[in-house]
Parts: sequence; C-alpha cells; structure tokens
Amino acid sequence: MGYHRTREDRPLPECHAPTAGEAIIDREGLQALLDALSARGFSVIGPRVREEAIVYAPLRNVSDLPEGWTDRQDGGHYRLERRGDRALFGYAVGPHSWKQFLFPPRQRIWRAERTEAGFDLLEEPPPSERWAFLGVRACELRALAIQDRVFLGGSLPDRSYAERRRELFVVALQCGEPSGTCFCVSMGAGPKASSGFDLALTEMIAPNSHRFLVEVGSRAGEEILAAIPHRPASEADRREAEAVLDSTASRMGRTLDTRGIRELLQDHPEHPRWEEVATRCLACANCTMVCPTCFCSTVEDHTALTGESAERTRLWDSCFTVDFSYLHGGSVRKEIRSRYRQWMTHKLSTWFDQFGSSGCVGCGRCITWCPVGIDITEEVRAIRSSLSEPTHA
Amino acid sequence: MRSPDPFVPSLFRVDRVWRESADTVTLGLLPIQGEIPAFRSGQFFMLYAFGIGEIPVSVSGLWGQGPLLHTVRAVGPVSQALCRLRPGDTLGVRGPYGSPWPLPQAEGGDLLLIAGGLGLAPLRSALLPALAERERYGRIALLYGARSPADLLFGEERGDWSSRGDLQVEVTVDHASPAWRGSVGVVPARISHTRFAPERAHAFVCGPEVMMRYSAAALLGAGVPPARIFLSLERNMKCAFAVCGRCQFGPTFVCRDGPVFSYDRIARLLSIREL
Repeated sequence: MGYHRTREDRPLPECHAPTAGEAIIDREGLQALLDALSARGFSVIGPRVREEAIVYAPLRNVSDLPEGWTDRQDGGHYRLERRGDRALFGYAVGPHSWKQFLFPPRQRIWRAERTEAGFDLLEEPPPSERWAFLGVRACELRALAIQDRVFLGGSLPDRSYAERRRELFVVALQCGEPSGTCFCVSMGAGPKASSGFDLALTEMIAPNSHRFLVEVGSRAGEEILAAIPHRPASEADRREAEAVLDSTASRMGRTLDTRGIRELLQDHPEHPRWEEVATRCLACANCTMVCPTCFCSTVEDHTALTGESAERTRLWDSCFTVDFSYLHGGSVRKEIRSRYRQWMTHKLSTWFDQFGSSGCVGCGRCITWCPVGIDITEEVRAIRSSLSEPTHA
Repeated sequence: MRSPDPFVPSLFRVDRVWRESADTVTLGLLPIQGEIPAFRSGQFFMLYAFGIGEIPVSVSGLWGQGPLLHTVRAVGPVSQALCRLRPGDTLGVRGPYGSPWPLPQAEGGDLLLIAGGLGLAPLRSALLPALAERERYGRIALLYGARSPADLLFGEERGDWSSRGDLQVEVTVDHASPAWRGSVGVVPARISHTRFAPERAHAFVCGPEVMMRYSAAALLGAGVPPARIFLSLERNMKCAFAVCGRCQFGPTFVCRDGPVFSYDRIARLLSIREL
C-alpha cells in the first residue's frame, strides 16, 4: 500500500474508496495473483500451518495455504481442526499479527565503531524486501491504521516503520470465519474491510465451485487485477459475498460494550476488580506479544569482545514486565494489579487521549493466548456491572 | 533522500568537565559537526555512552551560551560511564525533547524554584535566564535541599547567588556535618520561610517525586494556584519521542507531554498509586 507524501514529507495512510469494478477469480486466478506479486518484486506473506497453529510466513503457492483447516478458539484455548471443505481461508486470526514485519520483534537500529578520535555511528541500510500481505482481515487493517498513527503520526516519524510501510501491498480478506474470541463488531473494526487495502478477497465456497470476489482499493491493485485471469462479478456474486460478511458479523464469539469506556476505566483506577484479575494474571506478557497494536519497545546495547564496536537493538517489550517502569531504585508498577490496569486502561481508554481511537480492534488474540484465559471483554463487563449496581453507585 | 532516523544520535565531544561532588559532574559538550540544536530551559537530551547505553538528561545550561551543559550523577551503568568521560572523549547526543519551564508565563510575578538533589541542575537552566532578565520578575527565590553538605552542587556559583540582594536562597540538608551552619530538614519546610506573594507567584519544582509531592502540597497550602505550580517528572524512557511506550503516565507521555507538567494537569494522576 503506497501513500502520498505531504509537503512536510510526512507519510499519511492512503484511503481508497473501492471501485465499482469487482471481479471474480478462481483458485488458478489466486495462484496467478501470487505469481503477479512475485513478478513485481514482492515477497508474499500469508497464512500457513506451522507447529499446529496458523501463522504468517512467506509463501509462493496456493497449496501453501492452510487448505481445509479451521481453528477453535476460546479463553486460553487454540486448536486446529479439519473442515469438511477445501476452503483456503476458513479460520480466524492466529498468534501472529502483521506487526512483526513492519515493526520487527528484534531489530538492530545502528552500530558504533571505535576510531582514533572516538567513535563513528553507522546507520542501518533501508529494508531490502518489499512485502505483499495476503489475507489481512478488517481487524488487522484497523490495527495497521492504528500503528500508522503511533509510528508515523508524531513529530518524529519512525523511519524504519515508514520505509517498510511505504512499500507494502495489501491483499485484504473479507472475513468469513470468526473465532470464539472475536469481537470486531463491538469495536467497529469489522468484519467488512472497506479501505486501506490494494485488493480485497471474499472467499466463496460451495460443493461444486470455489471462487473469490475481488474488490480493488488502489491503482496498484487495479494494475495487478488486470494482469490476472478474471471475469466481472455479477449481482449474484456480490450478494453471495455480502452474505459471507453478514454471516460473520452474526457469529462473533464475544461482545464488548464500549459506551463511555474511556471514562469507565480512567475514572476507576482503584476498582477492586484490578486486584481480582491480578490474582489470575501471570504477567507473562503473551497478550501484548500477540496484540496487533501493542507497540512498546526497549533497547539493548551489545559490545564486541574486542571493545572496538557496539550496536543498539530495539526489541518488543511489554508493560507486564517489572523492568518496563524501572526508575533508579525500583519499578513504578511493582504489583501485577498496576501492570494489568496499565495495559487494559491504555488499550481501551487512554489510547483515545493519545491517538484519537481505541487501541483495541476486537481480534480476540489476547483472550485466546492468555494461558489462564483472562478475557478483556469479561473484565470490562465486571467493572461496568459493579458500577451499575445500586450499592456501588 | 532518506529522512533522518530519530533513533540515531549526533556525535559530540566533551569540551570541559566540572566536578560538582563526589558522584556528580557537569559535562560541557560541543558537536563534532554542525551547531548545538536550539533548546529551551527544562528540556532534555538523550546521552549515549559507547557500548553502555543511553539515558535522558535535562539541560543545566542555556542555548547560545557556550557548550551544551548536562549535570550527571553516577547512579547506574550509563550515568557512571558518562561521569567517567574526560575532555576530548566522544559521546552520542540526540534531542532536545519535551516541554520547557514556562518562564514567559511566570514574568510579572514572583518565581519560586524548588530543587531537591540533582533537581537543581534543570532549575539552573530556569534560574539563569530569570536572573539575566531580573527586571521582568517580582521576587525570585531558590529553595534547595540535598542529602548532606558534601552533596551540594554548583558550589562557587551558589555563593554568587547567595550574595545577590535580589535573590533569596534557602539551602537545607537532610544530614548535617559538624561544620554545617545552615538549616537541616526537608525542602518543602523552607517554603514558609520564603518571601513571596502566592496569588501572583509561579513555582517550578524538580527533585525526587516524593519531594515534589510535598512541595506541591505546601505551595497549595500557601495559596499558590495549582495551574502555576510546575513539576518536572521522570519515568523510564528509551526513545524520547513517544514510540517506545515506556514513559506513559496515565494518558500522557512524559517524554512528549512533559517532563514539565503543570500541577493541575497531573494532580489526579499523582494521586493514583503505581500509575
């Protein structure tokens, strides 16, 4: 997904209205799409089965996709299962999110080398790869837009993110299979992807047909579609694609009532529920690692044994660690209660103050991958309901 | 052309080192190439010691008046490495970052500068311009507390400040030495010994957080409006431009929205334990 540059040279995410010309491709057309992206120099990243989970990894062929697989998700629970069909995208999101490519978990940011006069600093080269993401759901597009604001919206744009983001080609997926922990409808993030993509696919599978409706979201997307075999979509195709999204919207595994949530959390930092959740929370940081919007990082410095060179590495970090808030003499957030409160209040409330939106997209990963099944929607419900009881009013 | 990488420092050379106390030095830094970037009193820079790491340090001097001045106390690995630097040594510098002391806003009234320990360094960068334009302010007072007489910073300069007729200087220590003839006790207790008109005063406070909390309470008690009390907060930070997430303080980023905050903006946040 390219974006325009303003006079201040600040990149802004592009917003395309889908064009009217929707098309239909089949499985061969999908392979042609992968080939066309490769031919244009993109490394295609998409869903694959690895170690009993669906993760995002490089792929070349339609046969690399998790054909016939689905997932069953609940609090602290994730299992792959066989579907009764040959669907290629018949599952929800797994433990990976796309942020690992634009904001790498571990990234050298510069090196220093000793010289006679002192030392020199050596910058990292621009990224060599151009990525095409295949199968980006609406919740994940929302997460990309949120991270764009975090990394590019400030007075000093994060160059590493900007350089990776600028080259990105996005093939979105109109989500056909929500999981038991999904609540994108509550967060207004899905299931329909309406902007922020180059192309968007809706998978439509029936006993004797397997095809994809293709929506175009950018010039680059239009150019790729023109290069692969397709036919114009009929009214019946469009209705069928809409029915896929309607079905997804009606099968959300979770709901979250967001009314007044900014005040609900910021106004109750001493609510007893924070103590209660802390008795279950292991402060393992899983929720922050799988979250597609969590952006916190740390840096590490390494020196060669000779002492002649040093380097700085930036790594994903989590507000659940004790070290995160360390200030000479001790950490600010010593108790797990304070760390869980920081994470959830930031995600659902103070994010509005900082970036003008919620930090949650309703993807459900934090619920699924919590080893003890802590459920962010349940935590909000508990605080809200206790306050509506007359004894707490 | 590639845009600049905000994580990459510029190289500076140590021009001078002043020893302030057994564990504290002031570094005078000059850029190896180009100029010292424009900064304001109360802002901070990130200082990098080769192979060790990087820490935020407030400016203790003024822009346009010689080298970039930073006063550093050796408490952790990076600050210890910075304190070992000698004239001619190289270090990485990036900045400035954060909000300044609101000096223009304080003009026309009295100005209280309340410092605890190393907090005197950032307040020196507010005191010097106020003294340089002395006629713009009413009474000016510096209240300064340290652990012991041996920990007091800017000794010679403080002598000059104390001998001025237009500046009240109150110095106190937690633990006196036999030779100490000054006052003993905490800084906030000196507020009641200070001549100022609370209704038209501004107070800038910098020091350990507990000292700033008690100072703010004492100032409020004396009648200074909360919107005219300014604290300089400290939090763990790695980037200094609001992308590493670590310095969050409620809805604020201390690196971007602070470090200097008006008390009315953060009073409620300060009341929340482990925020």
